[in-house]
Amino acid sequence: MRYAETGYNLEIDLSTGNIERVETDPRLTELHLGGLGTNAKILWDRVPPEVDPLSPDNLLIFSAGLLDGTPAIGANRTIITSFSPQTLLMGFSMMGGFFGPELKYAGYDKVIIRGKSPDLVYLWINNDKVEIRDASHLQGKGALETAEFIKEELNEPKVQIAAIGLAGENRVYFASIEHGRSSASRLGLGAVMGSKGLKAIAVRGTKDINIAKPDKFWEICQEVLKYIEYRLQNPIKGVPAILSMIGSPQEMMLHDEQWHTTSFSWGHARYRRKDFWNEEVAKNWAESQRNAIERLVSCYNCPVRCGAIIRHPSLPTHRYMMKCYSKLTYVMAAMTDDLAFGFKIAGLAQEYGLDGYTTPQVMAFATELYDNGILTDEEMPGFPSNNEERFFYLLEKIVRREGIGDVLANGVYWAARQIGKGAEKFDHNTTKKHEQMVIKLGMLNPLYFLMYATGEKGNITQIEGQIPQTPLPKGYREEFVKDWIQVPTGKEERFKRFILEWGDEGKSFPFWPPPDLVCELVDWQETMHYIDDATGICAGLSSFPIKPPYHIHNLSCLISAGTGLDIDEEGLWEIARRNRNLVRVINVRRGLRREDERPPEDHWKKRFPEYEEKLLDEYYKYRGWNREGIPTKETLEGLGLDYVAEDDMIKKEILKEGVSLGGTTVKATKKQ
Amino acid sequence: MANKTVKVIKINADECNGCRACEAICSAFHATPKYGTTNPAKARIHVNWDPLRNLYVPVYGGPYVEAECLGRDRYVIGEKEYDECLFCRAVACPSRDLFKDPDSGLPLRCDMCEDDPSLKEPMCVQVCLVDALTYEEREEEMEEEKEKLDELEMGLETLIDKYGFDKVADTLARISISKQAET
Repeated sequence: MRYAETGYNLEIDLSTGNIERVETDPRLTELHLGGLGTNAKILWDRVPPEVDPLSPDNLLIFSAGLLDGTPAIGANRTIITSFSPQTLLMGFSMMGGFFGPELKYAGYDKVIIRGKSPDLVYLWINNDKVEIRDASHLQGKGALETAEFIKEELNEPKVQIAAIGLAGENRVYFASIEHGRSSASRLGLGAVMGSKGLKAIAVRGTKDINIAKPDKFWEICQEVLKYIEYRLQNPIKGVPAILSMIGSPQEMMLHDEQWHTTSFSWGHARYRRKDFWNEEVAKNWAESQRNAIERLVSCYNCPVRCGAIIRHPSLPTHRYMMKCYSKLTYVMAAMTDDLAFGFKIAGLAQEYGLDGYTTPQVMAFATELYDNGILTDEEMPGFPSNNEERFFYLLEKIVRREGIGDVLANGVYWAARQIGKGAEKFDHNTTKKHEQMVIKLGMLNPLYFLMYATGEKGNITQIEGQIPQTPLPKGYREEFVKDWIQVPTGKEERFKRFILEWGDEGKSFPFWPPPDLVCELVDWQETMHYIDDATGICAGLSSFPIKPPYHIHNLSCLISAGTGLDIDEEGLWEIARRNRNLVRVINVRRGLRREDERPPEDHWKKRFPEYEEKLLDEYYKYRGWNREGIPTKETLEGLGLDYVAEDDMIKKEILKEGVSLGGTTVKATKKQ
Repeated sequence: MANKTVKVIKINADECNGCRACEAICSAFHATPKYGTTNPAKARIHVNWDPLRNLYVPVYGGPYVEAECLGRDRYVIGEKEYDECLFCRAVACPSRDLFKDPDSGLPLRCDMCEDDPSLKEPMCVQVCLVDALTYEEREEEMEEEKEKLDELEMGLETLIDKYGFDKVADTLARISISKQAET
């Protein structure tokens, strides 16, 4: 019997209509756990590096996390993986909600989709019965509307649905896959789904998920639940309200948006409005929010209410569900002070199936080009003068790929190059061809520098966590470290000292803390995310907030009790490292190199090119990568990834490893 | 007449966040071994759930019914329209899949998590941190009533309804003879 996982994947070939239920190798669970880890293994094995992301040969994998469907609180993430049409690298996007657990109850850990259907179809997975069904009547329908249609058509009120909207059908490079309360938004996986002629996946399951050591497993779950309750009642002191809670930033519950609106930049990631927040704004925004929100809601088996049901009379469904930050992205990009605009356009964009991070930036970029005379009335006939109207105008053009929308639908990086005439200069907030968080800060933050530069996920919120973003005020530090139980074994002294000293005279960015400590702190943040991405536990309860309920100590026990595997803290860390390196080499094989590892140029005002190179060197060395950021043979073999080291292209790149690295050779540094 | 403790789970549908933790833990608690499997389709609580109509109604498996009822009334409360079925606690109703074990078809009825030692609150209430489900005990004067059917009896009643009394009795007799023959 398999524990925590079902031990079966569903293989669907949309070109031939072939459907197979395939037993998986339990050894892969030991090596990669599940979710992102095993997805990466499948992509490495089965998608050669030259495959175009929008071609039938690309795979689109919907995976439940290893612990989805167990009683583990907040284990509900669906990890969707493919290759991104925008970055051309591994496309990694996840969503919460109910889809992953339902897939497990239907008897599958993953749905692996290949090929391309000649006509628009949807997939209906009902336990052992799996059908490819006609979706021609759903063509052009919104993502939410589609889900409602399918629910009615199947007469299954408990069915869970992931669907694309018009943007995915039209292969917009930042099209999302929508699932009611959640969406897999980043890196254009909705376009991949559209390219396969797949409108939606509907799933319903009524089977058991087994736990290896039930009493132990539930004991840990109860402790986690107790800590959640404690944290909901005890926000972290000394940090802004929005960062003091657990879950994703509690932007549906809280009205106070001083931190986001004054620290993040407006327009096309350009301007900070440090004095934006005042009493009047606070009052108006609280009222807008109260008018819009009908109920605070959660994902499967989680008490934290990060989402909300929003009234939206002009949508076919009359309502939609919002999660945290998309409330602000359109408002700030459009430079409007009206929060109600945000609720309105975000609902429409969700129905079209668009990424709430990238879309507003692309529209602000187009607006900026227009204001600078690079785009004119010729390309944008009837372009309104009011920013809010402009955004609605651009939204319609983009999702239809109509006129200039056809260019903008490829995202800022590609659009800038297609438009030319100096538009490239306005592409200032992308890394690896992907729009980044709209942050414009003063002093270089060495931790964030490394996370932005080397992160494979394209989204900082899926990389960062655990540590406050600025030094804690004096007087709060002692109390903070007193019950900081989340710190990994062996790091307690160093990490606590970091919190206690950070902000003192001479203890500030960029040159403090020393690079070795920077690497360790970055490693911790990344590792916790890589674990969540495999287990399906929500980052909002684990890797993302400060002092989360899940941490390296209880996660190793929980995974062991759930699966019956014997994984200790060190073992879990190693699995995360293996997954991190596997994702890395998949991208290396597709051409990722050191020169691509650049945060947006004006992310920080004060930059230190030489020191940044040193940080990259140190980090690569710490990871066991060569000067180009490519894992060395020893690193790969040490992680049991020998077959990767044998790959022709990787072999060729590893041969370059004698390259000098700050006086030492790569070989000599491998000992650590 | 005697005093009796009445156990009540109070449902505040307005507070429900739709997470269905109650369904998950209910199925795990009633599994054998306890917490050994999770399967919300086997839960004795069910959240009627329709987010885009902002409709969240948790309902517990209650009395066993043999046939579906004739009524299909609709209620308007607030500005929302509710189907009568949404509030119905009937277990094993032929018109729907609720409160029936998906494998055996046997009825699933809330037993308030009776356990030894007894729990301070049923499991669904324990995991509901948003207080959509709260637990109350109150003393009530009750007429002595005849013992309620236990789970085994209830299961047998279902089988009798499905296959007829004679067939179930014959099968039991046959099994008991073959068991005796084995020993």
